[in-house]
Amino acid sequence: MGLQIIWFVLWGVLWAVYFMLDGFVLGAGMLQRFIGRNDDERRVVINTVGPVWDGNEVWLITAGGATFAAFPTTYALMFSYLYTALLLLLFALIVRGVSFEFRGKLESSRWKGAWDAAILVSSFLPALLFGVAFGNIFSGLPMDRGGYHGSFISLLSPFGLLTGLLFVLLFLEHGALYLAAKTVGDLHGRAKRVAQRVWPALLLVAASFLVAAYPATRLSENYFRVPLLLAVPLAAVAALLAIRVCLARDRILPAFAASCATIVLVVATGVTGLFPNLIPSSLDPASSLTIYNSSSSHYTLRIMTVVAAVFLPIVIAYKIWVYRLFRGKVTVEDVMGDEQSY
Amino acid sequence: MDVVTLSRLQFAITSMFHFLFVPLTLGLSILVAFMETRYVRTGNVLYLRMAKFWGKLFLINFALGVVTGITLEFQFGMNWAEYSRYVGDIFGAPLAIEATLAFFLESVFIGVWLFGWNKVSKTFHAVSIWIVAIATNLSALWILLANGWMQHPVGYVIRNGRAEMVDFMAVATNPYGLIKFSHQIVSGYVVAAFFVLGISAWHLLRKSQPDFFRSSFRMGAVFGLVSIVLVLATGDQHAVEVAKTQPTKFAAMEAVWETSKGAGINIIVIPDAQNERNIVEKVFIPKLLSYMAFHTPEGEVKGLRDFPRQDRPPVAPVFFSFRAMVGMGFLMVILALCAVIASFRGTIERNRLLLRFLLYAIPIPYIANQLGWIVAEMGRQPWIVYGVLRTSDAVSTSLSTVQVAGSLAGFTLLYGFLGAVDIFLLVMYARKGPDDDAGGILKPAGREV
Repeated sequence: MGLQIIWFVLWGVLWAVYFMLDGFVLGAGMLQRFIGRNDDERRVVINTVGPVWDGNEVWLITAGGATFAAFPTTYALMFSYLYTALLLLLFALIVRGVSFEFRGKLESSRWKGAWDAAILVSSFLPALLFGVAFGNIFSGLPMDRGGYHGSFISLLSPFGLLTGLLFVLLFLEHGALYLAAKTVGDLHGRAKRVAQRVWPALLLVAASFLVAAYPATRLSENYFRVPLLLAVPLAAVAALLAIRVCLARDRILPAFAASCATIVLVVATGVTGLFPNLIPSSLDPASSLTIYNSSSSHYTLRIMTVVAAVFLPIVIAYKIWVYRLFRGKVTVEDVMGDEQSY
Repeated sequence: MDVVTLSRLQFAITSMFHFLFVPLTLGLSILVAFMETRYVRTGNVLYLRMAKFWGKLFLINFALGVVTGITLEFQFGMNWAEYSRYVGDIFGAPLAIEATLAFFLESVFIGVWLFGWNKVSKTFHAVSIWIVAIATNLSALWILLANGWMQHPVGYVIRNGRAEMVDFMAVATNPYGLIKFSHQIVSGYVVAAFFVLGISAWHLLRKSQPDFFRSSFRMGAVFGLVSIVLVLATGDQHAVEVAKTQPTKFAAMEAVWETSKGAGINIIVIPDAQNERNIVEKVFIPKLLSYMAFHTPEGEVKGLRDFPRQDRPPVAPVFFSFRAMVGMGFLMVILALCAVIASFRGTIERNRLLLRFLLYAIPIPYIANQLGWIVAEMGRQPWIVYGVLRTSDAVSTSLSTVQVAGSLAGFTLLYGFLGAVDIFLLVMYARKGPDDDAGGILKPAGREV
């Protein structure tokens, strides 16, 4: 009983950390062609995420693996019901990864232009699809004892698309702030301007999301039951406002930290509302997948808890170390001087 | 075709494609780590140039290995939802552990190695590629323990309508998984060794950078010979494990129809599954099969006729794949031995026939690796978990043939394209050879990112 709650929290944390970390890589990928006006600048953009993108993506694999190990029934149904959406997501993530690696391997503007286009599409698509997927998880999937009654098209509901747009804007803002923090000169200036311009749109969409979530989902039930939980969405709004305050004072790193907090708290807001469901059913509440009816055995959860308690702190420690190792700005001169860079 | 067949085909294509990149990663990470360690120990720039040149090829290969791995984790849920639901209590754990223990380490330290040339000390830089190598091999351990459980399920009970884990240590020390792991990693080392040998041979044939490629050749030759001998030794043990735990697979590997004691092997065989016999059986070696299966000449080998038809794997693909793999194994012993002798005698550049052989031998260990997996996975059929769950009962019930046919086509096109680009880049950079000045590191440049 207690272990299932621990794994529900961990499940939410893994997704939140994944979105926080890959969010800026996806955002930077969406902006690469527009913020980088020439090849050198575009290389700089890729190299700001170069040492960390792969490690960030592993949080997705771990979130998937944790879902499989702790809530196998949810893993099985979520992944098979969202088949086409996940397929597109896989294609995009595959293309993005190889684009980073392949782009700089040939001195040809057509070659590089093609991979730049690939980076743009393969960064936008996951942001949108993750949003659509989570929007649908929040509002519930059309499933009952007879199975799944939806399709890829039915995922593209107004609320699903709104959540998709929210994720795209969150990651755009996040990526722009990351690039502003990691670059100098023109790049820095352009990234900052993007962050300033995206913010009002993000605020508008975030507010619409909160309003639309009330009729479209049952997330609010937990908040009515335990009003103290409202601290989570309030903190999310505060973090979102903090981005603007920090930007206005030209304090980029705190603005990026606020953007990290915004993403984590947006996920926390949704996941708190879901509890104890992992995937609610929009047709029949009794067919919802909860942490109780879809979890692994007590024995397996205990084993996995020990593994997570021992190894996740170690992972976090060396992740922090590597971010400190690669802190500081990336310049055109840096990239030109290293033939191993992307 | 139905959803099961299409899903099997898709899993085969995506995992075999993924497995074009994994074995090289397993072995080349270790070779590059050796090279860089020698540079740190001796200060000889030649070894630094070696680490950088082979490291660049390593990275081009590594990228595709990483991104195609996610597909496999997702596919268990996407296409094999009934399997995931039924065995997730056991099977999910090693996957989650693989990510937590191995993938994080690998992905973080490949970043340190690639971008950290001027950010960490020389020694620590070499340590970081060692960490990548160890993490890669560690990930192989956990995924093969997971696969080992599908081959020989242990430490579970059937309860609550599914398989539930009752003994984690049994799963983590499953002898089937451990022998598979040892056989697989050394098979990966052989791929890397022949990769280095073949590319070195190409350059030696053209007399380009002979010092560089003579040294690379020697490391590849020694690493290759040691590894291929270990492949045969672990393969021998693996066969014993299969004979003990998966009699139907073992019988299919050798096309054995009748149960007998002191069974021998026919060198030339053409099986005929329809009529439960072999059309051709030539060149008989007595007792060898019993010895192979049980390490005693009188052991009893089960024949396929002892099992109902619906429990038998397809014989011909398993049989021919196994024969071809073993044949290639012996061929590679000879090639590696010749390479070592020529290298230590200092006669490699004159032995152009051997060099040409080695160039064309690059695909052989790749093919042998793939064949090994055909034996392992087709030999396990009709079971997805041997004796516990049939493949036909494991597929997602919510999928339509159109969906899976579409995804199969998508994967085939995307992977085909990326594979072609990857090979193009590998060939281009392999031909280009190493940079003369070991790149930017020897320049007293400022901070590089």
